[in-house]
Amino acid sequence: MSLFNVFDIAGSGMSAQSTRLNTVSSNMANSNNVSGNKDDLYRAKNPVFATVMHDIAGRSQASGVRVVRIEESNQEATMRYEPNNPMANEMGYIYQTNVNAMEEMANMISASRSYQNNVEMMNTAKQLMLATLKLGE
Amino acid sequence: MPINFDKALGNHEQALMLQARRASALSSNIVNSDTPGYKARDLDFKAVLKNTTGDMLAMNVTSSSHMPSFGMDSMSAQLKYRIPNQPSLDGNTVDIDMEKSAYAENAVRYQTSLRFLTGKFKGMMNALREN
Repeated sequence: MSLFNVFDIAGSGMSAQSTRLNTVSSNMANSNNVSGNKDDLYRAKNPVFATVMHDIAGRSQASGVRVVRIEESNQEATMRYEPNNPMANEMGYIYQTNVNAMEEMANMISASRSYQNNVEMMNTAKQLMLATLKLGE
Repeated sequence: MPINFDKALGNHEQALMLQARRASALSSNIVNSDTPGYKARDLDFKAVLKNTTGDMLAMNVTSSSHMPSFGMDSMSAQLKYRIPNQPSLDGNTVDIDMEKSAYAENAVRYQTSLRFLTGKFKGMMNALREN
């Protein structure tokens, strides 16, 4: 019965969106990290979503979503002159993470809304299935 | 004369199956609303239902144990791509508001079909009880 598919699909969406929320919280938590070395600095992470195709007997069916990889932002880290900072390098500069707080907040709101959509969808499917079980009563 | 369930229930049975399928198609659209490159798809409900129950050439039934040919097409109908109103830069064509309202509408239609079927069953029960 294809209504069962809705549970799988919505579940895959919830899992993907919670991964996205996780990366957002990781980025926010590390947004003030500084380092004297550009290479061991925390970089903003973003999940990459992809559709999971279920082809049954050559027909493309309903499809869920999954996180294929987590990509690190390659945006340049900002450099600041702070000779008194204990993390500063020999030139007196520190590097700050390339996490953009505005971007992360927007990402968080989008992820939580999408998560809510998925939960709502699953609830509706559940109600429909319960109603189907009562058919004929 | 025995009760013919297919005749008694009308096309509500097919409609119910199609609506369940459409629900899963729409749910894929909603779930993939943030996936780059995803193209939203939907079922042309009216056309598919017409094919499954309409004046298609029916298969010849030479024995009472043959299964009816209609209803088979409801599962093989292809999903069609939506024409986007406002495609986004990452190639995603899901309009989340439209998909959500279509999903809600489909849920109501599913419940309507269920209600009709319940009515049909009640009618048959009344006929059997003959009181």
